[in-house]
Amino acid sequence: MNVIYVLWLRQLKRYFRSKTRIIGSLGQPLLFLVALGFGLGPIFRKAGEGNYINFLVPGVIAMGIIFTALFSGIEVIWDRQFGFLKETLVAPVSRFKIMLGRTLGGATIASLQGLIILFLSFFVGFKPQNIFLLPLALFFIFLISLLFTALGTAIASVLEDMQGFQLIMNFLIMPLFFLSGALFPLDGLPKTFKIIIAINPLSYGVDGLRHTLINVSHFGLFTDLLVLSSITIAILIIGSYLFSKIQA
Amino acid sequence: MLKLIASMENLQARNSNIIEVFGLTKKFGDFVAVDNISFTVGRGEIFAFLGPNGAGKTTSIRMMTTLLAPSKGAILLNGINPWENQDAARKSFGIVFQDPSLDEELTTYENMEFHGILYRIPKEVRKKRMEELLRIVELWDRKNSLVKTFSGGMKRRLEIARGLLHHPKILFLDEPTLGLDPQTRNHIWTYIKNLNKTEQITIFFTTHYMEEAENVARQVAIIDHGKIIAQATPSKLMAKTRTKTLEKAFLKLTGDTIREETANAIDNLRLQRRIHNR
Repeated sequence: MNVIYVLWLRQLKRYFRSKTRIIGSLGQPLLFLVALGFGLGPIFRKAGEGNYINFLVPGVIAMGIIFTALFSGIEVIWDRQFGFLKETLVAPVSRFKIMLGRTLGGATIASLQGLIILFLSFFVGFKPQNIFLLPLALFFIFLISLLFTALGTAIASVLEDMQGFQLIMNFLIMPLFFLSGALFPLDGLPKTFKIIIAINPLSYGVDGLRHTLINVSHFGLFTDLLVLSSITIAILIIGSYLFSKIQA
Repeated sequence: MLKLIASMENLQARNSNIIEVFGLTKKFGDFVAVDNISFTVGRGEIFAFLGPNGAGKTTSIRMMTTLLAPSKGAILLNGINPWENQDAARKSFGIVFQDPSLDEELTTYENMEFHGILYRIPKEVRKKRMEELLRIVELWDRKNSLVKTFSGGMKRRLEIARGLLHHPKILFLDEPTLGLDPQTRNHIWTYIKNLNKTEQITIFFTTHYMEEAENVARQVAIIDHGKIIAQATPSKLMAKTRTKTLEKAFLKLTGDTIREETANAIDNLRLQRRIHNR
Protein backbone atom coordinates (compact mmCIF):
# COMPACT_ATOMS: atom_id res chain seq x y z
CA MET A 1 0.00 0.00 0.00
CA ASN A 2 1.12 3.47 -0.78
CA VAL A 3 2.69 5.67 1.88
CA ILE A 4 0.75 8.78 0.86
CA TYR A 5 -2.51 6.85 1.00
CA VAL A 6 -1.73 5.51 4.47
CA LEU A 7 -0.94 8.96 5.85
CA TRP A 8 -4.13 10.31 4.30
CA LEU A 9 -6.14 7.44 5.76
CA ARG A 10 -4.69 8.06 9.20
CA GLN A 11 -5.90 11.68 9.19
CA LEU A 12 -9.39 10.59 8.17
CA LYS A 13 -9.58 7.88 10.81
CA ARG A 14 -8.64 10.43 13.43
CA TYR A 15 -11.27 12.81 12.13
CA PHE A 16 -14.13 10.34 12.16
CA ARG A 17 -13.19 9.16 15.64
CA SER A 18 -13.36 12.60 17.18
CA LYS A 19 -16.98 13.65 17.04
CA THR A 20 -16.43 16.59 19.36
CA ARG A 21 -13.93 18.07 16.92
CA ILE A 22 -16.39 17.78 14.02
CA ILE A 23 -19.19 19.43 15.94
CA GLY A 24 -17.00 21.98 17.73
CA SER A 25 -15.54 23.44 14.58
CA LEU A 26 -19.00 23.86 13.03
CA GLY A 27 -20.20 26.15 15.82
CA GLN A 28 -18.59 29.40 14.76
CA PRO A 29 -19.46 29.30 11.03
CA LEU A 30 -23.05 28.36 11.81
CA LEU A 31 -23.33 31.18 14.33
CA PHE A 32 -22.14 33.61 11.68
CA LEU A 33 -24.60 32.19 9.17
CA VAL A 34 -27.62 32.38 11.45
CA ALA A 35 -26.85 35.61 13.32
CA LEU A 36 -25.68 37.65 10.35
CA GLY A 37 -27.91 35.92 7.82
CA PHE A 38 -31.12 36.57 9.66
CA GLY A 39 -29.93 39.75 11.38
CA LEU A 40 -28.74 41.65 8.33
CA GLY A 41 -31.09 39.95 5.85
CA PRO A 42 -33.79 42.67 5.87
CA ILE A 43 -31.30 45.52 5.33
CA PHE A 44 -29.61 43.59 2.52
CA ARG A 45 -32.92 43.13 0.80
CA LYS A 46 -33.87 46.78 1.29
CA ALA A 47 -30.62 47.76 -0.38
CA GLY A 48 -31.77 45.79 -3.39
CA GLU A 49 -29.09 43.07 -3.13
CA GLY A 50 -31.49 40.13 -2.74
CA ASN A 51 -31.31 37.25 -0.29
CA TYR A 52 -28.47 37.68 2.24
CA ILE A 53 -28.46 34.05 3.40
CA ASN A 54 -27.78 32.96 -0.17
CA PHE A 55 -25.03 35.55 -0.43
CA LEU A 56 -23.49 34.57 2.91
CA VAL A 57 -23.37 30.77 2.52
CA PRO A 58 -20.27 30.67 0.24
CA GLY A 59 -18.45 33.00 2.66
CA VAL A 60 -19.35 30.90 5.68
CA ILE A 61 -18.28 27.70 3.91
CA ALA A 62 -14.92 29.34 3.23
CA MET A 63 -14.68 30.33 6.89
CA GLY A 64 -15.32 26.79 8.08
CA ILE A 65 -12.69 25.53 5.69
CA ILE A 66 -9.89 27.92 6.64
CA PHE A 67 -10.42 27.32 10.37
CA THR A 68 -10.08 23.57 9.98
CA ALA A 69 -7.35 23.78 7.35
CA LEU A 70 -5.04 26.25 9.10
CA PHE A 71 -5.41 24.58 12.46
CA SER A 72 -4.32 21.25 11.03
CA GLY A 73 -0.90 22.90 11.19
CA ILE A 74 -1.12 22.80 14.98
CA GLU A 75 -1.16 19.03 14.72
CA VAL A 76 2.21 19.15 13.03
CA ILE A 77 3.76 20.99 15.98
CA TRP A 78 2.13 18.75 18.56
CA ASP A 79 2.80 15.59 16.57
CA ARG A 80 6.44 16.46 16.13
CA GLN A 81 7.04 16.14 19.86
CA PHE A 82 4.30 13.83 21.10
CA GLY A 83 3.06 11.89 18.19
CA PHE A 84 3.24 10.06 15.03
CA LEU A 85 5.23 12.67 13.09
CA LYS A 86 8.57 11.70 14.61
CA GLU A 87 7.84 8.09 13.81
CA THR A 88 7.32 9.04 10.16
CA LEU A 89 10.42 11.26 10.09
CA VAL A 90 12.76 8.34 10.91
CA ALA A 91 10.99 5.99 8.48
CA PRO A 92 12.61 5.25 5.12
CA VAL A 93 10.14 7.52 3.33
CA SER A 94 10.77 10.84 1.60
CA ARG A 95 9.71 13.98 3.42
CA PHE A 96 7.80 15.12 0.37
CA LYS A 97 5.53 12.07 0.55
CA ILE A 98 4.93 12.63 4.25
CA MET A 99 4.04 16.28 3.70
CA LEU A 100 1.80 15.40 0.76
CA GLY A 101 -0.03 12.62 2.59
CA ARG A 102 -0.63 14.80 5.62
CA THR A 103 -1.71 17.80 3.59
CA LEU A 104 -4.09 15.80 1.42
CA GLY A 105 -5.55 14.26 4.57
CA GLY A 106 -5.99 17.66 6.21
CA ALA A 107 -7.46 19.11 3.02
CA THR A 108 -9.96 16.27 2.75
CA ILE A 109 -11.08 16.91 6.32
CA ALA A 110 -11.42 20.64 5.71
CA SER A 111 -13.44 19.86 2.57
CA LEU A 112 -15.74 17.61 4.57
CA GLN A 113 -16.28 20.44 7.05
CA GLY A 114 -17.15 22.72 4.14
CA LEU A 115 -19.58 20.16 2.77
CA ILE A 116 -21.30 19.77 6.13
CA ILE A 117 -21.80 23.53 6.30
CA LEU A 118 -23.18 23.54 2.76
CA PHE A 119 -25.55 20.74 3.67
CA LEU A 120 -26.70 22.44 6.89
CA SER A 121 -27.28 25.71 5.07
CA PHE A 122 -30.11 24.04 3.13
CA PHE A 123 -32.00 24.02 6.42
CA VAL A 124 -31.89 27.81 6.76
CA GLY A 125 -33.25 28.26 3.27
CA PHE A 126 -30.17 28.19 1.04
CA LYS A 127 -30.79 27.16 -2.57
CA PRO A 128 -28.00 26.70 -5.14
CA GLN A 129 -28.78 28.44 -8.43
CA ASN A 130 -27.48 25.84 -10.81
CA ILE A 131 -27.04 22.23 -9.75
CA PHE A 132 -24.85 21.53 -12.78
CA LEU A 133 -22.21 23.82 -11.32
CA LEU A 134 -22.14 21.91 -8.01
CA PRO A 135 -19.20 19.67 -9.01
CA LEU A 136 -17.21 22.82 -9.75
CA ALA A 137 -18.23 24.21 -6.37
CA LEU A 138 -16.87 21.03 -4.77
CA PHE A 139 -13.64 21.56 -6.66
CA PHE A 140 -13.38 25.09 -5.23
CA ILE A 141 -14.04 23.70 -1.76
CA PHE A 142 -11.16 21.28 -2.18
CA LEU A 143 -8.84 23.88 -3.67
CA ILE A 144 -9.42 26.31 -0.78
CA SER A 145 -8.88 23.44 1.67
CA LEU A 146 -5.65 22.40 0.01
CA LEU A 147 -4.27 25.94 -0.11
CA PHE A 148 -4.83 26.67 3.55
CA THR A 149 -3.85 23.24 4.84
CA ALA A 150 -0.55 23.61 2.99
CA LEU A 151 -0.17 27.11 4.45
CA GLY A 152 -0.84 25.85 7.98
CA THR A 153 1.71 23.06 7.53
CA ALA A 154 4.28 25.46 6.09
CA ILE A 155 3.92 27.83 9.06
CA ALA A 156 4.01 24.95 11.56
CA SER A 157 7.18 23.59 9.97
CA VAL A 158 9.17 26.65 11.03
CA LEU A 159 7.64 27.06 14.51
CA GLU A 160 8.50 25.09 17.62
CA ASP A 161 5.83 26.04 20.08
CA MET A 162 2.06 26.15 20.11
CA GLN A 163 1.70 29.66 21.49
CA GLY A 164 3.56 31.12 18.56
CA PHE A 165 1.39 29.22 16.15
CA GLN A 166 -1.83 30.30 17.84
CA LEU A 167 -0.69 33.91 17.79
CA ILE A 168 0.09 33.78 14.08
CA MET A 169 -3.19 32.06 13.38
CA ASN A 170 -5.18 34.74 15.17
CA PHE A 171 -3.41 37.40 13.16
CA LEU A 172 -4.11 35.42 10.00
CA ILE A 173 -7.56 33.85 10.18
CA MET A 174 -9.60 36.89 11.14
CA PRO A 175 -8.08 39.29 8.57
CA LEU A 176 -8.22 36.60 5.88
CA PHE A 177 -11.89 36.06 6.59
CA PHE A 178 -13.07 39.64 7.12
CA LEU A 179 -11.07 41.04 4.19
CA SER A 180 -12.22 38.47 1.66
CA GLY A 181 -15.66 39.70 0.75
CA ALA A 182 -17.13 36.73 2.58
CA LEU A 183 -19.60 39.02 4.31
CA PHE A 184 -20.24 41.83 1.82
CA PRO A 185 -20.41 42.49 -1.94
CA LEU A 186 -17.21 43.86 -3.47
CA ASP A 187 -18.81 46.33 -5.85
CA GLY A 188 -18.55 50.02 -5.03
CA LEU A 189 -15.98 49.68 -2.24
CA PRO A 190 -13.25 52.32 -1.61
CA LYS A 191 -10.26 51.74 -3.85
CA THR A 192 -7.55 50.93 -1.26
CA PHE A 193 -9.92 48.54 0.47
CA LYS A 194 -10.54 46.83 -2.84
CA ILE A 195 -6.78 46.40 -3.37
CA ILE A 196 -6.42 44.75 0.04
CA ILE A 197 -9.19 42.35 -0.85
CA ALA A 198 -7.66 41.63 -4.23
CA ILE A 199 -4.36 40.49 -2.67
CA ASN A 200 -6.14 38.11 -0.27
CA PRO A 201 -6.19 34.65 -1.86
CA LEU A 202 -9.31 33.70 0.06
CA SER A 203 -11.24 36.38 -1.86
CA TYR A 204 -10.87 34.29 -5.02
CA GLY A 205 -12.03 31.18 -3.20
CA VAL A 206 -15.13 32.94 -1.89
CA ASP A 207 -15.76 34.46 -5.29
CA GLY A 208 -15.42 31.13 -7.06
CA LEU A 209 -17.81 29.49 -4.61
CA ARG A 210 -20.25 32.33 -5.04
CA HIS A 211 -20.08 31.97 -8.80
CA THR A 212 -20.69 28.24 -8.74
CA LEU A 213 -23.32 28.28 -5.99
CA ILE A 214 -25.38 31.45 -6.57
CA ASN A 215 -24.10 32.67 -9.93
CA VAL A 216 -22.70 35.97 -8.62
CA SER A 217 -19.10 36.78 -9.40
CA HIS A 218 -16.77 39.72 -9.02
CA PHE A 219 -13.46 38.55 -10.50
CA GLY A 220 -14.85 35.98 -12.94
CA LEU A 221 -14.54 32.22 -12.84
CA PHE A 222 -11.37 31.99 -14.89
CA THR A 223 -9.46 34.47 -12.73
CA ASP A 224 -10.66 32.70 -9.58
CA LEU A 225 -9.42 29.33 -10.79
CA LEU A 226 -6.14 30.67 -12.11
CA VAL A 227 -5.21 32.68 -9.01
CA LEU A 228 -6.30 30.01 -6.57
CA SER A 229 -4.54 27.11 -8.27
CA SER A 230 -1.28 28.98 -8.85
CA ILE A 231 -1.12 30.13 -5.22
CA THR A 232 -1.95 26.60 -4.05
CA ILE A 233 0.89 25.14 -6.11
CA ALA A 234 3.32 27.81 -4.91
CA ILE A 235 2.45 27.21 -1.25
CA LEU A 236 2.67 23.44 -1.68
CA ILE A 237 6.19 23.87 -3.06
CA ILE A 238 7.27 26.25 -0.29
CA GLY A 239 5.55 24.05 2.30
CA SER A 240 7.32 20.88 1.22
CA TYR A 241 10.63 22.68 1.22
CA LEU A 242 10.08 23.95 4.77
CA PHE A 243 8.77 20.57 5.88
CA SER A 244 11.84 18.81 4.49
CA LYS A 245 13.98 21.10 6.65
CA ILE A 246 12.30 20.07 9.92
CA GLN A 247 14.82 18.76 12.41
CA ALA A 248 13.13 16.81 15.13
CA MET B 1 39.06 15.92 4.56
CA LEU B 2 41.38 13.24 3.17
CA LYS B 3 42.23 12.24 6.68
CA LEU B 4 38.52 11.87 7.44
CA ILE B 5 37.91 9.69 4.39
CA ALA B 6 40.88 7.54 5.28
CA SER B 7 39.67 7.04 8.82
CA MET B 8 36.16 6.28 7.57
CA GLU B 9 37.51 3.53 5.33
CA ASN B 10 39.38 2.31 8.29
CA LEU B 11 36.14 2.24 10.24
CA GLN B 12 34.35 0.34 7.52
CA ALA B 13 37.04 -2.30 7.52
CA ARG B 14 36.42 -3.29 11.10
CA ASN B 15 33.17 -5.05 10.58
CA SER B 16 32.59 -6.32 14.09
CA ASN B 17 31.32 -2.93 15.21
CA ILE B 18 27.74 -2.10 14.32
CA ILE B 19 27.89 1.55 15.40
CA GLU B 20 30.96 3.63 14.73
CA VAL B 21 31.05 7.30 15.61
CA PHE B 22 34.04 9.43 14.77
CA GLY B 23 34.57 13.04 15.84
CA LEU B 24 30.84 13.74 16.04
CA THR B 25 30.11 17.39 16.83
CA LYS B 26 26.95 19.48 17.05
CA LYS B 27 26.93 23.22 17.53
CA PHE B 28 23.84 25.33 18.09
CA GLY B 29 25.18 28.83 17.45
CA ASP B 30 28.03 29.24 19.93
CA PHE B 31 26.87 26.42 22.15
CA VAL B 32 28.62 23.08 21.58
CA ALA B 33 26.08 20.41 22.53
CA VAL B 34 28.17 17.45 21.39
CA ASP B 35 31.92 18.01 21.29
CA ASN B 36 34.00 15.74 19.07
CA ILE B 37 32.86 12.38 20.44
CA SER B 38 34.09 9.03 19.11
CA PHE B 39 33.02 5.56 20.18
CA THR B 40 32.12 2.16 18.83
CA VAL B 41 29.45 -0.34 19.74
CA GLY B 42 30.00 -4.03 19.04
CA ARG B 43 27.47 -6.15 17.21
CA GLY B 44 24.93 -7.68 19.60
CA GLU B 45 26.07 -5.44 22.46
CA ILE B 46 23.84 -3.82 25.07
CA PHE B 47 25.28 -0.34 25.30
CA ALA B 48 24.29 2.31 27.84
CA PHE B 49 24.87 5.96 27.01
CA LEU B 50 24.79 7.82 30.30
CA GLY B 51 25.08 11.42 31.32
CA PRO B 52 23.47 14.21 33.33
CA ASN B 53 20.68 16.36 31.87
CA GLY B 54 21.85 18.42 28.94
CA ALA B 55 25.03 16.39 28.51
CA GLY B 56 24.26 15.70 24.85
CA LYS B 57 22.71 12.22 24.95
CA THR B 58 19.54 12.93 23.04
CA THR B 59 21.32 15.25 20.60
CA SER B 60 23.74 12.41 19.78
CA ILE B 61 20.88 9.97 19.22
CA ARG B 62 19.10 12.49 16.99
CA MET B 63 22.21 12.76 14.83
CA MET B 64 22.67 9.00 14.65
CA THR B 65 19.03 8.48 13.66
CA THR B 66 18.95 11.04 10.80
CA LEU B 67 16.79 13.57 12.64
CA LEU B 68 19.46 16.22 13.12
CA ALA B 69 22.36 17.05 10.83
CA PRO B 70 25.77 16.89 12.57
CA SER B 71 28.03 19.95 12.38
CA LYS B 72 31.05 17.71 11.94
CA GLY B 73 32.11 14.08 12.18
CA ALA B 74 31.20 10.71 10.75
CA ILE B 75 28.71 8.01 11.73
CA LEU B 76 28.41 4.46 10.48
CA LEU B 77 25.38 2.35 11.36
CA ASN B 78 25.77 -1.25 10.25
CA GLY B 79 28.38 0.00 7.79
CA ILE B 80 26.08 2.66 6.35
CA ASN B 81 26.60 6.41 6.58
CA PRO B 82 23.14 7.71 7.58
CA TRP B 83 23.85 11.10 6.04
CA GLU B 84 24.69 9.62 2.65
CA ASN B 85 22.27 6.74 2.42
CA GLN B 86 19.42 7.82 4.63
CA ASP B 87 16.81 5.21 3.76
CA ALA B 88 19.16 2.25 4.04
CA ALA B 89 20.36 3.51 7.42
CA ARG B 90 16.79 4.10 8.56
CA LYS B 91 15.82 0.54 7.74
CA SER B 92 18.68 -0.76 9.86
CA PHE B 93 17.53 0.75 13.15
CA GLY B 94 14.42 0.96 15.28
CA ILE B 95 13.89 3.71 17.84
CA VAL B 96 11.86 4.39 20.95
CA PHE B 97 11.87 8.12 21.55
CA GLN B 98 12.03 9.90 24.86
CA ASP B 99 8.59 11.44 24.19
CA PRO B 100 5.71 9.22 23.07
CA SER B 101 5.35 8.77 19.32
CA LEU B 102 2.23 6.63 19.01
CA ASP B 103 -0.98 7.82 17.46
CA GLU B 104 -3.32 7.71 20.43
CA GLU B 105 -6.46 7.92 18.30
CA LEU B 106 -5.50 4.68 16.58
CA THR B 107 -5.58 1.12 17.87
CA THR B 108 -2.58 -1.02 18.74
CA TYR B 109 -2.95 -2.94 15.51
CA GLU B 110 -3.30 0.20 13.39
CA ASN B 111 -0.18 1.73 14.89
CA MET B 112 1.77 -1.42 14.07
CA GLU B 113 0.22 -1.70 10.62
CA PHE B 114 1.15 1.88 9.70
CA HIS B 115 4.72 1.28 10.73
CA GLY B 116 4.81 -1.84 8.59
CA ILE B 117 3.52 0.03 5.57
CA LEU B 118 5.94 2.94 6.07
CA TYR B 119 8.80 0.43 6.10
CA ARG B 120 7.32 -1.43 3.11
CA ILE B 121 7.12 -4.81 4.84
CA PRO B 122 5.17 -7.27 2.66
CA LYS B 123 1.70 -7.98 4.02
CA GLU B 124 2.21 -11.65 4.89
CA VAL B 125 5.47 -11.02 6.75
CA ARG B 126 3.93 -8.00 8.45
CA LYS B 127 0.96 -9.91 9.82
CA LYS B 128 3.07 -12.73 11.18
CA ARG B 129 5.68 -10.46 12.71
CA MET B 130 3.03 -8.21 14.28
CA GLU B 131 1.39 -11.09 16.07
CA GLU B 132 4.74 -12.46 17.20
CA LEU B 133 5.90 -9.14 18.65
CA LEU B 134 2.57 -8.18 20.22
CA ARG B 135 2.54 -11.54 21.98
CA ILE B 136 6.06 -10.97 23.28
CA VAL B 137 5.12 -7.60 24.82
CA GLU B 138 1.79 -9.05 26.01
CA LEU B 139 -0.45 -6.72 24.05
CA TRP B 140 -1.98 -9.18 21.60
CA ASP B 141 -5.21 -9.29 23.62
CA ARG B 142 -5.44 -5.52 23.35
CA LYS B 143 -4.74 -5.29 19.64
CA ASN B 144 -8.03 -3.57 18.89
CA SER B 145 -7.94 -1.11 21.79
CA LEU B 146 -7.31 2.57 21.19
CA VAL B 147 -3.86 3.53 22.42
CA LYS B 148 -5.26 6.47 24.41
CA THR B 149 -6.78 3.97 26.84
CA PHE B 150 -3.34 2.53 27.66
CA SER B 151 -1.10 3.11 30.69
CA GLY B 152 2.39 4.54 30.26
CA GLY B 153 3.95 1.10 30.51
CA MET B 154 1.66 -0.41 27.88
CA LYS B 155 2.46 2.42 25.49
CA ARG B 156 6.17 1.84 26.00
CA ARG B 157 5.78 -1.86 25.30
CA LEU B 158 3.88 -1.10 22.13
CA GLU B 159 6.57 1.34 21.02
CA ILE B 160 9.26 -1.29 21.56
CA ALA B 161 7.26 -3.86 19.57
CA ARG B 162 6.70 -1.34 16.80
CA GLY B 163 10.37 -0.38 16.68
CA LEU B 164 11.27 -4.03 16.07
CA LEU B 165 8.68 -4.75 13.39
CA HIS B 166 11.04 -4.23 10.44
CA HIS B 167 13.78 -6.49 11.86
CA PRO B 168 16.25 -3.72 12.67
CA LYS B 169 19.85 -4.50 13.51
CA ILE B 170 20.00 -1.76 16.16
CA LEU B 171 17.38 -0.59 18.63
CA PHE B 172 17.79 2.93 20.06
CA LEU B 173 15.99 3.52 23.34
CA ASP B 174 15.99 7.06 24.71
CA GLU B 175 15.05 6.82 28.40
CA PRO B 176 12.63 3.94 27.76
CA THR B 177 11.66 3.48 31.40
CA LEU B 178 11.20 7.12 32.40
CA GLY B 179 8.21 7.59 34.67
CA LEU B 180 7.38 3.88 34.96
CA ASP B 181 7.00 1.90 38.18
CA PRO B 182 9.66 -0.68 39.17
CA GLN B 183 7.51 -3.65 38.13
CA THR B 184 6.97 -2.29 34.63
CA ARG B 185 10.61 -1.29 34.32
CA ASN B 186 11.66 -4.77 35.28
CA HIS B 187 9.30 -6.28 32.69
CA ILE B 188 10.50 -3.99 29.94
CA TRP B 189 14.14 -4.83 30.58
CA THR B 190 13.31 -8.52 30.56
CA TYR B 191 11.79 -8.20 27.07
CA ILE B 192 14.71 -6.16 25.85
CA LYS B 193 17.31 -8.58 27.19
CA ASN B 194 15.45 -11.50 25.63
CA LEU B 195 15.16 -9.75 22.28
CA ASN B 196 18.85 -8.96 22.38
CA LYS B 197 19.53 -12.65 22.86
CA THR B 198 16.99 -14.21 20.48
CA GLU B 199 17.22 -11.71 17.63
CA GLN B 200 20.85 -10.58 18.11
CA ILE B 201 19.74 -6.96 18.12
CA THR B 202 22.21 -4.37 19.32
CA ILE B 203 20.66 -2.24 22.06
CA PHE B 204 21.75 1.37 22.48
CA PHE B 205 19.99 3.07 25.37
CA THR B 206 20.08 6.09 27.64
CA THR B 207 18.70 6.19 31.16
CA HIS B 208 18.89 8.12 34.41
CA TYR B 209 18.39 4.96 36.46
CA MET B 210 21.95 3.85 37.13
CA GLU B 211 21.00 0.50 38.61
CA GLU B 212 19.30 -0.35 35.29
CA ALA B 213 22.48 0.39 33.39
CA GLU B 214 24.51 -1.59 35.90
CA ASN B 215 22.23 -4.63 35.58
CA VAL B 216 21.60 -4.58 31.86
CA ALA B 217 24.49 -2.95 30.01
CA ARG B 218 27.65 -4.76 29.01
CA GLN B 219 29.32 -1.52 27.91
CA VAL B 220 28.81 1.98 29.29
CA ALA B 221 29.84 5.35 27.93
CA ILE B 222 29.51 8.45 30.08
CA ILE B 223 29.04 11.78 28.37
CA ASP B 224 29.27 15.12 30.14
CA HIS B 225 29.31 18.64 28.71
CA GLY B 226 29.20 17.09 25.25
CA LYS B 227 32.35 15.00 25.75
CA ILE B 228 32.74 11.30 26.46
CA ILE B 229 34.64 11.09 29.74
CA ALA B 230 34.67 7.32 30.25
CA GLN B 231 33.86 4.15 28.37
CA ALA B 232 34.18 0.63 29.81
CA THR B 233 32.18 -2.22 31.29
CA PRO B 234 30.23 -1.30 34.44
CA SER B 235 32.52 -3.37 36.65
CA LYS B 236 35.64 -1.74 35.22
CA LEU B 237 34.18 1.71 35.79
CA MET B 238 33.44 0.83 39.41
CA ALA B 239 36.91 -0.62 39.88
CA LYS B 240 38.58 2.40 38.31
CA THR B 241 36.68 4.86 40.52
CA ARG B 242 36.91 2.55 43.54
CA THR B 243 33.14 2.62 44.07
CA LYS B 244 30.62 -0.12 44.77
CA THR B 245 27.76 0.93 42.48
CA LEU B 246 27.57 2.43 39.03
CA GLU B 247 25.63 5.35 40.47
CA LYS B 248 28.55 6.24 42.78
CA ALA B 249 30.99 5.80 39.91
CA PHE B 250 28.82 8.05 37.75
CA LEU B 251 28.69 10.75 40.43
CA LYS B 252 32.41 10.54 40.98
CA LEU B 253 33.06 11.00 37.27
CA THR B 254 30.52 13.72 36.56
CA GLY B 255 30.55 15.57 39.89
CA ASP B 256 27.52 16.21 42.07
CA THR B 257 26.51 19.71 40.99
CA ILE B 258 22.98 19.96 39.61
CA ARG B 259 22.86 20.91 35.92
CA GLU B 260 20.74 23.94 35.23
CA GLU B 261 19.04 23.83 31.90
CA THR B 262 17.07 26.74 30.57
CA ALA B 263 13.57 25.79 29.49
CA ASN B 264 13.06 25.75 25.75
CA ALA B 265 9.99 25.41 23.54
CA ILE B 266 9.97 21.62 23.88
CA ASP B 267 10.02 21.79 27.67
CA ASN B 268 7.04 24.12 27.51
CA LEU B 269 5.23 21.64 25.29
CA ARG B 270 6.01 18.83 27.74
CA LEU B 271 4.59 20.92 30.57
CA GLN B 272 1.40 21.58 28.61
CA ARG B 273 1.10 17.88 27.90
CA ARG B 274 1.34 17.00 31.58
CA ILE B 275 -1.39 19.49 32.44
CA HIS B 276 -3.47 18.37 29.47
CA ASN B 277 -3.28 14.68 30.42
CA ARG B 278 -4.37 15.18 33.98
